[in-house]
Amino acid sequence: MTTRTKAKANARRTLALDILNHGALALVALLFLFPFFWMVSNAVRSNAEVLAIPVRILPNVFEWDNFAKAWTTLPFGRFFINSVVISVSVTVITVLVSCLSGYAFARLKFPGRDKLLMAYLATLMVPSIMLIIPLFLIVNKLGMINTFQGVILPVAFGTFGSFLLRQFFLSIPLELEEAARIDGASRLRILVSIIIPLSMPAIGLLSLFTFIAQWNNFLWPLIVMTGADNATLPVGLTLFQTQQTTAWNYIMAGATLSMIPGVILAVVLQKLIYNSISLNAGMGGR
Amino acid sequence: MAVVERIAATRAVTRKRKSRPERGEGRTAFFFLLPSLIGVTLFLVVPIIASVVLSFTNWKLLGQPQFVGFANYIRLFTADPQFWPVVRNTLFFTFEYLVLNIIISLGLAVWISSLKMGQRWFRVIFFLPTFTPGIAVAIVWMLIFAPGGFFDFVMGALSIHLPNLLTDQKLAMQAVIIVSLWAGVGYNTVLFNAALDMVPANYLEAARIDGASAWDRFWKIRLPLISPTLFFGTVMTAITSLQVFDQIYVMTRGGPGSATATLGYSIFQKGFQNFQMGYASSIAWVMFAMIMALTAFQFWLQRKWVHYDN
Repeated sequence: MTTRTKAKANARRTLALDILNHGALALVALLFLFPFFWMVSNAVRSNAEVLAIPVRILPNVFEWDNFAKAWTTLPFGRFFINSVVISVSVTVITVLVSCLSGYAFARLKFPGRDKLLMAYLATLMVPSIMLIIPLFLIVNKLGMINTFQGVILPVAFGTFGSFLLRQFFLSIPLELEEAARIDGASRLRILVSIIIPLSMPAIGLLSLFTFIAQWNNFLWPLIVMTGADNATLPVGLTLFQTQQTTAWNYIMAGATLSMIPGVILAVVLQKLIYNSISLNAGMGGR
Repeated sequence: MAVVERIAATRAVTRKRKSRPERGEGRTAFFFLLPSLIGVTLFLVVPIIASVVLSFTNWKLLGQPQFVGFANYIRLFTADPQFWPVVRNTLFFTFEYLVLNIIISLGLAVWISSLKMGQRWFRVIFFLPTFTPGIAVAIVWMLIFAPGGFFDFVMGALSIHLPNLLTDQKLAMQAVIIVSLWAGVGYNTVLFNAALDMVPANYLEAARIDGASAWDRFWKIRLPLISPTLFFGTVMTAITSLQVFDQIYVMTRGGPGSATATLGYSIFQKGFQNFQMGYASSIAWVMFAMIMALTAFQFWLQRKWVHYDN
């Protein structure tokens, strides 16, 4: 009897500790989310209320149409579209180019293949900021400053995609394409109709991380897109930051806009992201 | 990157299948590789070479570049009064950010892994800033830190007397580090959490039965087992933090004075505000050397604390 009550008391204590543990981390998570709340809360108030002293946690008057105003008048709508065009274009080019080169590295025999692959891997060690100046000069030379191709092309040929897809293609059984080869299908045909459909997880991952990297990219579009109309969302946000009277409420609305795709992707694709990161964790540095 | 190389090595060994050399396969390979090769040559190989060459010239965008030998580097190390403070700021940022990032993300990862429910939702919450533009993050935090803003309000309410962070010489870098931590701990949290998930439960169970405390189980079992991942996270975080730029551009523009000017910011300033392309390229190579040196140092250090189960 006493052991049973003791066990019961113990179970109750662990349960209480469990609830406390969850509650405490939930509190930390809430504090962590505060900047998101602060952004939205300041996006939907008048600029006078943003700057009011003392600080108001919630606006006295909610101005929900600030989002619409920021979209049309500033024009964050235009910046949003620029960001979409650039990020999607870079992603599409990266995936296409990487599929072709990844397949060549995985399945085709040609002299110097392994050396070329090693050279591709070596380029991954060069930090992007190193290349900013020569890339700018090349784009300048090509007369592509302040153009979409000027901002898209130089960042669309990263070597990581070739490598990632090569690794995935190698895991596809050779037998699957040998049957098609015997039937006389070309390599391109095999790539398009057999390999690519089987590689959607890897292609999805490459697309996701390429898209996000470009969506969040700042320095490169800042340098190349010299015209205010061609700014991406992150660049656009800084354009209004320096004006005489900073419209903080609209900037916060623009910041909210710029965060929406990433937040949605992080929540919807959390499993894919976790799996890809845990692949890194499993391999971690070994 | 080490991960990637390792996969490459294993694959290369295990997958050596014999296939008959075929006519035309080389030509097919050439056409498949062509788009990538053109892009990589034009936008990666040429720029790398150009960057070296540029760093030995005094090119200012207009006019003809002149070869000046090591003059840029000599000027950097001996004459430029801004250079050493910038190096110091960069190292200061990297060191403090790296240490705090690893401690916080490891702490969060361990905490999340102790939960019975909702692990994935906590992971998502801390990961969110990783997927949002650093510029937007910095702008939101700038509003929080603005004079008379939310941060000052909270400090006032707690009767803590601090000068405004962004306008204070000593504290501005701390503001940059806080923002960088908020934006950056999520990735490592998920990374370490995933590694902790892979620690076999029976190891921990066996240790528990033998009477090891939770504290011992962490330091003697879980930490050594995830140390390769910890090492990987530390190396990657160090590489990115040496390049810090976005937060500084938005929040302080290197100020007040030059209190938050880093190498990344210097490259931008010299290259795209003063158009000293040659000089800025030499700063970029100093940064590259620092990245390589820090990475090599970490690889040397790993022998002392990273455990591989061979």
